[in-house]
Amino acid sequence: MNLTSLTIGRARDGLRRKAFKARELAEAYIKAMAAARPLNAYLVETPDRALEAAAQTDARLQKGEALPLDGVPVAVKDLFCTEGVETTAASKILGGFVPPYESTVTANLWRNGALMLGKTNLDEFAMGSATITGARGPTENPWRRRGDNRPLVPGGSSGGSAAAVAARAALAATGTDTGGSIRQPASFCGIVGLKPTYGRCSRWGIIAFASSLDQAGPMTRDVRDAAIMLQAMAGHDPRDSTSAPVPVPDFEKAVGQSIKGLRIGIPKEYRLDGMPKEIEVLWQRGIDWIKAAGATPVEISLKLTRYALATYYIIAPAEASSNLARYDGVRFGLRVPGETLDAMYENTRGQGFGAEVRRRVLIGTYVLSAGYYDAYYLKAQKIRTLIARDFAEAYRNCDAILTPTAPSAAFAIGEKMDDPIAMYLNDVFTVPVNLAGLPGISVPAGLSQDGLPLGLQVIGKAFDEETVLRVAAVLEDAAKFDATPALATGLA
Amino acid sequence: MALDKATVARIAALARIKVPEAELDALAGELSKILTWVEQLNEIDVTGVEPMTAVAHARPPLRADGVTDGGIRDKILANAPETTNGFFVVPKVVE
Amino acid sequence: MSGLIKGRTGEWEVVIGLEVHAQVISRAKLFSGAATDFGAEPNTQVSFVDAAFPGMLPVINRFCVEQAVKTGLGLDAEIHLSSVFDRKNYFYADLPAGYQISQFSRPVVGKGKIVLDLSDGTTREIGITRVHLEQDAGKSLHDQHPTKTYVDLNRAGVALMEIVSEPDLRTAKEAGAYLRKLRAILRYLGTCDANMEEGNLRCDCNVSVRKPGGKLGTRCEIKNVNSVRFVMQAIEHEARRQIEVIEDGGAVKQETRLFDSGKGVTRSMRTKEESHDYRYFPDPDLLPLTFDADWVEGLKTSLPELPDVKKARFMRDYKLSAYDAGLLVAERENAEYFEAVAKGRDPKLASNWVTVELFGALNKLGKGIADSPIDPKNLGELIDLIADSTLSGRLAKDVFAEMITSGKRARVIVDEKGLRQVTDTGAIEAAIDMVLAKEPAKVAEYRAGKEKLLAFFVGQVMKATQGKANPALVNELLKKKLAG
Ligand SMILES: [Mg+2]
Ligand SMILES: [Zn+2]
Repeated sequence: MNLTSLTIGRARDGLRRKAFKARELAEAYIKAMAAARPLNAYLVETPDRALEAAAQTDARLQKGEALPLDGVPVAVKDLFCTEGVETTAASKILGGFVPPYESTVTANLWRNGALMLGKTNLDEFAMGSATITGARGPTENPWRRRGDNRPLVPGGSSGGSAAAVAARAALAATGTDTGGSIRQPASFCGIVGLKPTYGRCSRWGIIAFASSLDQAGPMTRDVRDAAIMLQAMAGHDPRDSTSAPVPVPDFEKAVGQSIKGLRIGIPKEYRLDGMPKEIEVLWQRGIDWIKAAGATPVEISLKLTRYALATYYIIAPAEASSNLARYDGVRFGLRVPGETLDAMYENTRGQGFGAEVRRRVLIGTYVLSAGYYDAYYLKAQKIRTLIARDFAEAYRNCDAILTPTAPSAAFAIGEKMDDPIAMYLNDVFTVPVNLAGLPGISVPAGLSQDGLPLGLQVIGKAFDEETVLRVAAVLEDAAKFDATPALATGLA
Repeated sequence: MALDKATVARIAALARIKVPEAELDALAGELSKILTWVEQLNEIDVTGVEPMTAVAHARPPLRADGVTDGGIRDKILANAPETTNGFFVVPKVVE
Repeated sequence: MSGLIKGRTGEWEVVIGLEVHAQVISRAKLFSGAATDFGAEPNTQVSFVDAAFPGMLPVINRFCVEQAVKTGLGLDAEIHLSSVFDRKNYFYADLPAGYQISQFSRPVVGKGKIVLDLSDGTTREIGITRVHLEQDAGKSLHDQHPTKTYVDLNRAGVALMEIVSEPDLRTAKEAGAYLRKLRAILRYLGTCDANMEEGNLRCDCNVSVRKPGGKLGTRCEIKNVNSVRFVMQAIEHEARRQIEVIEDGGAVKQETRLFDSGKGVTRSMRTKEESHDYRYFPDPDLLPLTFDADWVEGLKTSLPELPDVKKARFMRDYKLSAYDAGLLVAERENAEYFEAVAKGRDPKLASNWVTVELFGALNKLGKGIADSPIDPKNLGELIDLIADSTLSGRLAKDVFAEMITSGKRARVIVDEKGLRQVTDTGAIEAAIDMVLAKEPAKVAEYRAGKEKLLAFFVGQVMKATQGKANPALVNELLKKKLAG
């Protein structure tokens, strides 16, 4: 049996049946992680830690005291602070930073028995859609176009996590999603990525990009796994003032429940000019599948869809410009000396931040600066109100919304890189969900003409991840997506 | 909005990011392009619309006034580039 | 009072507004659980939140909010049931996050007022613009090393209330009265220790001058003045400086200035070419701060009696003058002391003994009422001894002086020194006879019409009785004998 081909659900059963040991599962993934090094998915590998945790799992299994995620080898996006393990957000400015604390979400995972394989690559400070802006180089997508061996991007910013899960070099991974950073790479890599409702998972200990948009979520092989992972990750955290004090339902129970009678919104504004035919075809197929499952597609209007990206590219950089002010060479990370305090700041931040981060910090500084605040930032916040209102309006007439996840399949490393705005367009379908604080999932639903995975997105009402998971599981069943990437090292 | 070199230099100083003189022009071009692109928002009438400051509508949790933290100087200083006698150290600030 | 300053070209009016930073009394910081105690080893009262480590998030301290609301209520101010924490962005070594969490557009407390008690017994109302909550910064030490600055974050994140006045103050004296009154209110409320020397009350002064009733002039801000006396000196100097600049044909430049307490002058702070651009925006890590009107109402009913109300009560119930009442309520402990002394006694007498004798003596000793060698019970006993004629006012002063130095009870001193007042007419008459016999010439003068000499005879009789004779009796008997 190839242990790395199992889902969390199956691995859990196998471990409890004692078909194999947690140590064996961990070793298989450690091997796959090593074999996947050419992908540059991991920034840090922590095999010893994984084996140590596996031994504890085995001891618990022996006593019949298994925890919900016992023995599940997980990759962690390097935006989550992990105690004693270098955490850099793929930035030079945090080089060598070893957090003396553990993020709430990862602590929740470990408490539930999961074990850490390592820290995965991302766009620097999660700013990007291709995992190419990190200080330690790009991550490769394990998929290849048919008959073309050029390396492709895994999407981003959680591209390292997506690539690791797709390549079978991690059973599951954590990601964060500010404008699509879980869902878009999940779509590019043929896996499931779930962005929960804002406030569902604690942000405590996650390096902030844009605080009002950031949300952690799972990246997994299937929908059930996403439910299992979210169950462990979620929960109210009194250390995060924006964490929602609401109970965590049994997400796994939602998987497999009928969607008969549900009304599924199909937003007409998502039919973009120039959208590739294959994306439209995929979307239509999704609509047919939910219809076949007894749900009713209804046309809805999300009027401001085309303005969401521009809104996002004011709000996110504004918050980031302030969130990233703490990287100043005084208390942690890189310091580049300077004669005066200001010179030290300018040198440190000038050399410590990469081009994309610099660009966004400057945009953010500008839109908040005297004389421009009202025209840019305040205006964007008002439009954000309207975007959230659009969704609220739509939900009076439907239970969930179905859209494509991204306007294209994965592109090659090097493409779109000289045009920031072309790059930003990757997130056109995902960004509105963050602005409204809603849950969204990407499910692999088919292959492009080039043989690359494409995802469909299900968007839910706030704190209704259960409906999202129900609909996603139906799509998953119908799509029967079973293609594997060319570089699935875990399967080799 | 087209940003000129001087404006970019001013913003970079405000953000404490050193931008080499040679890069200012190119950067001004990139930033101007982005700002011009976001100005599509001017097409929307937002009269009477409240700005959205938070997604969550709940009240923020309030903490009891107890000392539950601190006393971890070693951990606070462990990652610092320069410390002495329990202080962080930076280049001298002339006031 | 006019309060105008005379210049070469006529009279000038000074316009003053004060911004006071008051450190909130609380155990833990505004957004973290680290302690606020003064004087700890560097960086020992710092959490990862205070040091702005990656991924750290603020959580509001309920008690600090309560303290700010109480302060607002004490200033008779509007309490905003919804307010917002904003980020004020700037870089400095002791500001770890690169921003200060403060309140900008929607502070927790809005318009209020402070009533000043002026020395002529009148009052004047000074508007409060707002009170907001914010974090303190850490401390930079510039004098420890020739080329380096040392940073201690113990203070970083401690809660401050910024209390902003309207530009209603007109003289340095009024500014001093305002600060003293604000200090009293904060102490009554228990929301701030209000000790300027220890830095838990810091004052920025906005000063401008204009021709009386004219257009507002350009203002200068004098930063971080740390005593009431210095605030008054700084304003006085700054106003005169500005008048001189204008009268010399110049214009006042809007700038931030520092007060040099050694030289008693203000000087321009080295300011950068670019002005500050704080880029305020709502902190996305914190939701708007909201509370119910009921909760505020509850706090209101729990407030202690504040100086103004107490003063009115003292005037009404004890029939004290506005001046004396104002003096007594200026500090909560003084008022409590006075009430303990006045209980069951003549309030006027009690007030005199407290405000004149006791305050005078404590002042000389450099002590506060809390360290008074005489407690209210003992001072009350002394007053009782006057009331039952055991002591004359004159003797009582001697006893009081002894009480101050020895801390002994009044009765004990009276007994030990035999200081009982002589009210026996026979003894007094004997002393009078002796004095009159010794001074026949003066007696003759008196009888010839020089009645002013009575005081002389009284003095002589008192001297002859070692001050123990009851002065009223001496007067009465002397007049009788001299009339002859
Ligand atoms: Mg101020
Ligand atoms: Zn302030």
